[in-house]
Amino acid sequence: MLGSAADVRTVLGDLSGVDQVGLEARAAALATRSIKKDAKRTAIDLAISMVDLTTLEGADTPGKVRSLAAKALRPDPSDATCPQVAAVCVYPDLVATAREALGDAPVGVASVATAFPSGRAALPIKIADTENAVAAGASEIDMVIDRGAFLAGDLLKVYEEIVAVRAACERRDGTRAHLKVILETGELATYDNVRRASWLAMLAGADFIKTSTGKVAPAATLPVTLLMLEAVRDFRDTFGVQVGVKPAGGIRTTKDAIKYLVTVNETAGVDWMTPTWFRFGASSLLNDLLMQRQKLETGRYAGPDYVTID
Amino acid sequence: MSRLDVRKTYKLYIGGAFPRSESGHTYEVSDTKGRFLANAAKASRKDARDAVVAARKAFGGWAGRTPYNRGQILYRVAEMIEGRHEQFTADVVAAEGLTKAQAAKVVDAAIDRWVWYAGWADKLAQVTGNANQVAGPFFNLSSPEPTGVVAVAAPADDSLLGLVSVLAPVIVSGNTAVVVTSYERPLAAVTLSEVLATSDVPGGVVNVLTGDVAELGPWLAAHLDVNALDLTGVTDADLATTLEAEAAVNLKRVLRPSAPDWTAEPSIARMTAFLETKTVWHPVGV
Repeated sequence: MLGSAADVRTVLGDLSGVDQVGLEARAAALATRSIKKDAKRTAIDLAISMVDLTTLEGADTPGKVRSLAAKALRPDPSDATCPQVAAVCVYPDLVATAREALGDAPVGVASVATAFPSGRAALPIKIADTENAVAAGASEIDMVIDRGAFLAGDLLKVYEEIVAVRAACERRDGTRAHLKVILETGELATYDNVRRASWLAMLAGADFIKTSTGKVAPAATLPVTLLMLEAVRDFRDTFGVQVGVKPAGGIRTTKDAIKYLVTVNETAGVDWMTPTWFRFGASSLLNDLLMQRQKLETGRYAGPDYVTID
Repeated sequence: MSRLDVRKTYKLYIGGAFPRSESGHTYEVSDTKGRFLANAAKASRKDARDAVVAARKAFGGWAGRTPYNRGQILYRVAEMIEGRHEQFTADVVAAEGLTKAQAAKVVDAAIDRWVWYAGWADKLAQVTGNANQVAGPFFNLSSPEPTGVVAVAAPADDSLLGLVSVLAPVIVSGNTAVVVTSYERPLAAVTLSEVLATSDVPGGVVNVLTGDVAELGPWLAAHLDVNALDLTGVTDADLATTLEAEAAVNLKRVLRPSAPDWTAEPSIARMTAFLETKTVWHPVGV
C-alpha cells in the first residue's frame, strides 16, 4: 500500500537513531505517575478490556482453552460490571475450539502463526499456517518476523514476508483478519533496530506492532513500548494511517499495566487508549487486575483464592 | 578524639530484604527514660500488603520442608541469637529499663523458648495427629497441617521474650508470618530480623513490620489472603473486637489470649491454634 522496496529503503534510511539514555529516562519518569481512586478504577477496567488473554504452551488442551474462553467472557463471575477482555490468544490448532467456546460474544480470537515463536520456516509454510488459522475463525493473526533475516540486513525479505502474510489474512468474503506483527524486541539487540523494525512492519501493512512472543527474555519493557508508541504516532503523522501497539510478556501486575497506560496516553495520545489500538498480551496480569478491582470495590485486599487458577 | 554518633535508621524486613517503608515514614524510638535510641520505619498498609504477598509466596516452600529440616533451621536461629547475646541484651535494657543482668536473663529465656519450640517441629504430628479407629477396613489418619499466612501482633511490652513466644509457634509448624512489632519497643524485633536474614530461614517466612498495630491491624484483619490472626499485642479491647469481626469475612482463625505470662512454661496451645487437621481414609490392604 505504501509503496515499493525503494520507498521502504528511503523511509528507513531517514529514521534517526534512538537516544537510549533519554528514552529510558523518559520511560522511568512516566512510570512514577501516581494514579489514584477514580482514575485507577477507570484504568483497571480499561486495562481488562485491553487484555489478550493468552495461553501458548505445548501442553494446551481444548479444555484449557475452553476455560480460558469462559474467563474471557466473565473475568470476574461475582461482578457483572466487570468488562470482557479483548481477545483470547491461542495456537492455530485451537482457534476453532476457542471460537466455538466464545460463541457470538464480541471477544476476538487471536492466533499466533508463521511458525511461532521462532519464525524459522519457509514462506509457503508460514502462509499456510496463517490461512489455516484464518479459516478456523481467527479474527486476529499474530505473526513473527524473521529476526535472522532482519539482523542479517535482509530487510526486503522481512518486508515481503509481512506483505505476503497480510495477503493470507484475507477471507473469502473480502474481509481481513487483523495482522499483528511481533518484532521480538528482545532479540533485536538495539533500540535503533526496534525503531527500524517498527517502521518496516507498518510500511508493510501491519495493523498492530507487538513487542514480543513472551518466549524470549527480556519480553516487553516500558522503554521499548514507549519507542514503538512514538513510532506509531510519527507514522500516523507522516502517512495518516493509525497502527496499534501490543506489549506482550512480563506484564504481571496492575501497577505495570497502569504504567503502560500512562505511557500510551502521554506518547501516542488518547486516540490509542482503546482496545482497538492498544492491547496487553498477558495471562497472569488479568488475575492481578481482578484482585485490584475487588480491592477497590470492597476496601479489602483480595487474595488469589478469589480468582481462577489458570 | 571523640567519635561521631552513628544515628541509626532501621528498615522493615519483607521477603528476605530490608526495604524502607513504601510511605517513606519513620518514627523515633526512645528508651524508657525518653532518650533517643534510633529511627524505625513506620510501616504503611502497602507494606503490610507487600508482606502478605511475600509470606504467601514463601508458604508453599516452607510448609513443604520436612519437619525435621524446619526444626534444624529454627535451632540454627537460636544459635544465631546466642551469638548476638550482647546486642539483644542491650536492646532489652534500652527498651524495658531492666538492669543488664536482668536483661541477660530475659535473652537466655528467649533463646530457651526458641529452642523449645524448635524441638516441636518433628513432634507435633505425633501429639496432635492420630490413627483413628473406624468401623470399616480403612486406615483413618489425622495429621496436622499449617494454616497458612498468619498475621501476628507482637506483645507491646515484652519486646524480645514476648516476640519469640508468639513468632516461634507460628512458623514451627510451617506457617508463614507477618509480624507487627511493638510500636514503642521495636528494636529487638529489628535485631531478630537481622538474625533471620542471615540464618537459613527462607525469605518471606517471617516478615517484620515496625509500626502501629492500630493502623496496620485492620488491613491485615480484612485481607483475604491472610488465614489467621494472632491478636496478642492488641491491648485496646475495642480494636481487638473490631479486628475479630473483620477477620470473620474469610473465616480466619483468631487467637485472642488474655494477658499471657511469658515467663511461665509454655504449652502447645499456641502451635495448635494455627494448625488444620487433615484426615484421610485409605483402604486396608491396597
